[in-house]
Order: sequence, then structure tokens, then C-alpha cells
Amino acid sequence: MTWILFLEQCLNGLQFGLMLFLLVAGLTLIFGIMDVINLAHGSLYMIGAYLVATLTQATGSFLVAVPLGLAATAVIGMIIEVLVLRGLYKRDHLSQVLATFALILIANETTRAIWGLQALTLNVPEALSGSVQLLPGLHYSAFRLAIIAVGLMVAAVLYFVVVRTRIGMLVRAGASNRQMATAMGTNIKWLFTAVFGAGAALCALAGAMLSPLLVVQVGMGESILILAFVTVVIGGIGSMRGAFIGALLVGIVDTFGRAFIPPLLRTILPPALADAAGPSLAAISIYLLMVVVLFWKPQGLFPAGG
Amino acid sequence: MAWLKRHGWLVAACLVGLALPKLFTMIGQEFYISVASRVLIWALLATSLNLLVGTGGMVSMGHAAFFGFGAYVVGIVALDAPQWSAAPVVLPLAMAATGLLAFAIGSVCLRTRGVYFIMITLAFAQMLFYIFISLKGYGGDDGLQLAKRSPLGALKMADDTVFYYFVLAILAVCLVVLARLRDSRFGRVLRGIKDNEARMESLGYATFRFKLTAFVIAGTLAGLAGALMANQNGFVSPNMLHWDISGTVLVMVILGGLGSLWGGLAGAVVFMVLEEVLTAFTPHWQIILGLILLGVVFFAPKGIAGLFAGKTR
Repeated sequence: MTWILFLEQCLNGLQFGLMLFLLVAGLTLIFGIMDVINLAHGSLYMIGAYLVATLTQATGSFLVAVPLGLAATAVIGMIIEVLVLRGLYKRDHLSQVLATFALILIANETTRAIWGLQALTLNVPEALSGSVQLLPGLHYSAFRLAIIAVGLMVAAVLYFVVVRTRIGMLVRAGASNRQMATAMGTNIKWLFTAVFGAGAALCALAGAMLSPLLVVQVGMGESILILAFVTVVIGGIGSMRGAFIGALLVGIVDTFGRAFIPPLLRTILPPALADAAGPSLAAISIYLLMVVVLFWKPQGLFPAGG
Repeated sequence: MAWLKRHGWLVAACLVGLALPKLFTMIGQEFYISVASRVLIWALLATSLNLLVGTGGMVSMGHAAFFGFGAYVVGIVALDAPQWSAAPVVLPLAMAATGLLAFAIGSVCLRTRGVYFIMITLAFAQMLFYIFISLKGYGGDDGLQLAKRSPLGALKMADDTVFYYFVLAILAVCLVVLARLRDSRFGRVLRGIKDNEARMESLGYATFRFKLTAFVIAGTLAGLAGALMANQNGFVSPNMLHWDISGTVLVMVILGGLGSLWGGLAGAVVFMVLEEVLTAFTPHWQIILGLILLGVVFFAPKGIAGLFAGKTR
């Protein structure tokens, strides 16, 4: 029984970590390549979730809604890049913080104006609503398995695109030396716009896949944004590999913390104290992880360029 | 005359600050006196962060930790040791406790720099946030209600006007101290570190110690602001440690003007007044606030204080 529980939590951690990776992949590309701190990254995740939820209700099909929502969010992302972020590349990080904070305010309030205060809920698509028997005694939600599959697929595609294709080469060139890449004839301006659009689409994908599991509401972007930044920092800024491993690490530590710390405390502490401290300690676990990582490796686990 | 020309803004600000409660009473809006106190407390918090971010170049996203901790010192003293709850005891106590906390957190965080520093300060603040949620003895999620404001001699602290002047006096003292500090050797070294840390180090300055000192001073003042806010609201809750607060106060500092003595005050006043005015116009005021902030980024890169600078540096 405990084995089953352990495996189940491993899968949950993997699933959460992979979704986090979708967010972090975009964030670390933008961070690493354009050197922009984009606080509004979480807003794109929120916009994507809202669009997919609405489109699912309108078209009646999750499968149709996801690509449409992704494309729409990518377009919104590119518009934001052209209108706002382009003016910020040469500015210091603090101006970027202020500007993208302003974008958060605008995005949240616009969302509230369009969709109202009521949170949206989305049902798991019919075909994936059941559970799959993975091992004797281990039943796991088919939808969560689908999330894991999508996450792994996207990670593989991203790896292929960044490492093996011409576009990926340009992206890497832009990241390691912007001026040199420009001098070699790369149109960095539009490359950045494209990367930003791709990052937005990845956000929307995470939002879409998670929306049947969570409630879609204003503010969902900020809570995950913090986790995403924590992950970027643990992995090492600008490193794709770091983002992937960091995301899995954060996903598993967070899931395990929530699942196992409270019962563990109850065995060693008086119940009243354990009940109070358990959830907090679980919530703290990823921050502790970050502090420990930064204490030993101040540049994160996989410093870019290393 | 030249003196008045140079310090015109300062004189005007002092006069407005002193006359504000009278003005609000005259137009029958006494409610705004407590709003004004709150703005001044935010100004103190923003000013303390500005020492760190603007003067020292250390961008902290965890300043709410010290703000909330200072507030909790007042709340916990009121609950467990009411004999110490007089303002001359509890406020220095809050400052000392927060200073110690800042020393501990700063010693770890200052090993990193740049974005890593931003994130590690955030991590510590979030940890404190969750720790205070778990302290069920002090209200947990719900926070602590305070029975009354910390007494100070014969002053009627419960009166909003009296409390306003108390806060104003504290803010004024802090601004004077910080003004002296900025022009002292310490302040100059700190600015040198912001511009080029390696250079300061090779000039023989122990930069880590200077940075840690600045971190502790900023934390102590943030703790004072928190203690005042606990008094103002009669309420302490874990939300005072939430990263929302750290983000908002950072935005105030950038809005007001990084590294300028008046930046924190200007940013807090403009931000809070905008919020107050815009909410009256439309429920979707955040869109307008967002657009204004974007405007500041693109058209006033040095913040509000930068618009008035020119002459005074």
C-alpha cells in the first residue's frame, strides 16, 4: 500500500514538474536570451487558461480549443513583445520589473473585466476522465498521464529544436552574444519576437493542461510565477537543461513535501503542533531547496555557458 | 532667497505634511487622516528599501519579511508581555528584533548577487510567511487583533490625528538620519559598491560588511514601519509578509526614484493617491494604474524624483 502511494506521488510530482517546465522553458529563454525579467510571464499562463476554458465551452471540444488557445496566446504574447518589451531590452532590470508589473495589473484587470470575478471550472475531457491500471493496485488518472506524455513530448521537441535545428542555433547564438549574432546577419529583433511568442504558447499549453485540475481565476499567474522563478534560479539562469532538471526537482520536492511531511511530523511531534506545522513546512520545502542549492552553488545547478 | 529656491520643495512638503489633518477636518473628511498615516508608513518602508536598492544596488524582493516581522513583534508583545507594550519600549524592541533577523538573512543572501539575490531574499520572506501562518497561538491565517495602540506618555494615541503626527515625526527623523548617512563615508562607499564592487574591493573596502550593514539598517527601518502599521491598523496578519507587499514597495521605489532620498516618499504618495483617486472613478482602475506605470517607465526613466532633480542632483 505504501509503495503504491509512493509511486503515485512520484507520478504526481513528475506531472507537476513537467507542467512547470513548460512555463520555465519560456521564462528561461526570455531571461537567458533577451536578459529581460518578465514578471508578466504568469499572466500569459492565466490568459492561456482562460482562452482554452472559454473555447472549450464554445466549441465543445478540448482538443479543438487547445491549439486555438495556444495560437491566440502566442499572438497576444508577440503583440506585447512588440509594443512593450522591445523598448525594455536596453533598460536595467528594475525598469523591466516596473513595466512588467504594470503589465500584470493590466492583464489581471482586463481578464476581470471580460470574464468577471467568478472562477471558471473545466471538466476533464470525456475520453480521459477514467483511470488507467498501471500496476496491480495502482490506478492512475488517464488525464494526468496525458499531461505527463504531453510534457515529455514538448521537452523532447524543444531539445531537438534548440540543439539540432537552424532556428535553435540562431537562438543559442543570440543568447551567447547578441551583437555578434546581429553582425553575422541574424535579425535578432524578430527572432526575439518569435521566441517570446513561443514562450507564450508554452505558457498557454501549461495553463490549458492544468485548467481541468485547478480553478481558472485571476491571480493564478502570480502564484505559479514565483514557483517558476524559483525553478529558473535553482536550474541556473538561461540553461535549458537546468530548467528541465530544476522543474522536475521542484515538482517532486513540492509534491512529496505536501504528501509526506505532515504524516511524518505526526509520528514525531504532538498532534496539535504537527497539524499546525505540517502544511507550512510542506509549503516551505521548495524555498528551503532553493536556499540550499544557492548556498552551495550560487549560480544554480547548471550555470549557463558552463 | 537662494536657500528658499533650493529647498522650496522641502518647505512645501513639510507644510503640507503638517497641515494635512487640519485640511481633512476642514472639509469634513477625517477618514482620510488615517489614510494619510498609512501613506506615511508606506513611505517609510519604501525609503528603507530605497537605501538597499537605490543606494546599494541590492534588489531585494523580500522586504515584506522585515515589515511583517516588526508588526508581529508588536502583536506578540501585546499578547504575551503587555507590560512592555508602551511605544518607547516596543518600537525599539521591534527594530532590534528585526535588525537581528536582517543580520541573519543578510549574511546568507549577500553571498549571491543579481537575480539570484532577488530570488533568495524572496525565498526567505516566503518561508517566514508560511511560518507565521503555522503559528496558531498567534492567530495563524487569521492574524492577531490588537486591543489598542502602543501607549506613549500622556499622548492620546487612539486619536488618528495624534497618531498621524507621531508617524510624521518618525518619518522626518528617519529621513534626516538617512540624509546624513548618504553623505557620510558609509553612504559614499555604498554607492561605490553599486557602481563597481570589484573596484571598491581592490581599494581595500570590506564590501560584504558594508552591504550587510546597509541590509541591517534597511531591515530595521522596515521593522519600524511594520510596527507602526500594526499600531495604525490594530491588526497584524501573515499577509503583511506576503510577497505582494515586497513587490508593491519595490514598485513604489522605482516609481519614486531609485537612490534619491525623496524617492520612497514620492513613490508611496503617488502610488497610494493614484490608487485612492482611480478607485473612485472606475472599478477597473488597475488598468489605468498599469498604463500610468508603463508611461513612467518609458517617459520618466529616473522616476518622479528624477523629474524634479536637475538642480539638486
